[in-house]
Amino acid sequence: MIKKFIHQFASPKTYLFQVNKFYNYIFFISVFIYISSITWGLLFTPEDFVQGNSFRIIYLHVPASFISQSLYAAMAVSSIVYLVWRVKLAAYLVIAIAPIGAMTTFIALISGSIWGIPTWGTWWQWDARITSTLILFIMYLGLISFHNSFSNYEKADKLLSWLVIVGAVNIPIIKKSVDWWSTLHQSASITLTNKPSIDPSMLYPLIGSIIGFFGLILCLVLLSSKNQILIREKTKSWIKDYV
Amino acid sequence: MNPIRKKRIYSILFVLLFSVSGISLILYSLNSNLDYFFTPTELKKQNIPSDKRIKLGGMVLKGSVEREASEISFVVTDYENSLRVIYDGIVPDLFKEESGVVVLGFYRDDMIYAEEVLAKHDENYMPPNLDIKNDS
Repeated sequence: MIKKFIHQFASPKTYLFQVNKFYNYIFFISVFIYISSITWGLLFTPEDFVQGNSFRIIYLHVPASFISQSLYAAMAVSSIVYLVWRVKLAAYLVIAIAPIGAMTTFIALISGSIWGIPTWGTWWQWDARITSTLILFIMYLGLISFHNSFSNYEKADKLLSWLVIVGAVNIPIIKKSVDWWSTLHQSASITLTNKPSIDPSMLYPLIGSIIGFFGLILCLVLLSSKNQILIREKTKSWIKDYV
Repeated sequence: MNPIRKKRIYSILFVLLFSVSGISLILYSLNSNLDYFFTPTELKKQNIPSDKRIKLGGMVLKGSVEREASEISFVVTDYENSLRVIYDGIVPDLFKEESGVVVLGFYRDDMIYAEEVLAKHDENYMPPNLDIKNDS
């Protein structure tokens, strides 16, 4: 049963029609969650006892950083699926996610810089967290241009997937950078093991904004993977009917 | 699982193993060089030439801040060792006693002559009125 479901879903055609079916729901629910969470966070949350109002950029910075790393993890998983099972859709996903990952990493870097000016007194320092995030951004750009440099799609997919897997080492480094080395960046407020060190009145809108932002980025991934399918399967007869 | 896929999984695991061990060796050998700042204890243990710019991090000792015209002087401590810092310039808004600070400057005769002072904040966020409650 499950096997049959996965097989069906792994066909680009079924995937595309399923995406079309659910896209609008996902989009409107995420817009609603994100808008309401940031409204809550920006207007109805008390200011922080140290940072005052400037901490509120957390409702953009944390979702963007979290999702930039999650997208890389998703790329790595898709790469493994492609390399082991040769599922074409997984290869499309890898290259569909890369530019969106670059975008979210860029948002994380920029919002972090903006946050740094009023709090740290600087917009850029070469500490371990900031540098490893910059490396992630450059890796995304590198992966995109690497894939573009091939004229043979299949070769590009395979080599890209290997590169993505090698680069996955950076993700735990970003995550643990604030614990392994002394950094200007503070350590994580929300962890799996400890009680969050952020007050509930600020935490709930933050969780909401992470979920909402995640949904919005998911929509972008769905659209971008649809693009990949249309480009790569353009010779198939069902595409001609679809377009 | 068929043998070809099994082989592919093994080769992926191999690649991962090699990249993880390669990166860990690099990070291990760089280890303390990747630290963003020295603590006062670390700084006192090492022999740092006075013309080398270094970063010192720690907490601003309570009651140590002295201002004179545009010059500010304070003590950075890690609660084991401490060092006095002299700085001529504007400190960030978040700079205050008993809060984190990172100082960029030169280490000369047991003092830091700072060129830049940055504030470091921790991972705790809470509304102002809860501050007092948490302290007690």
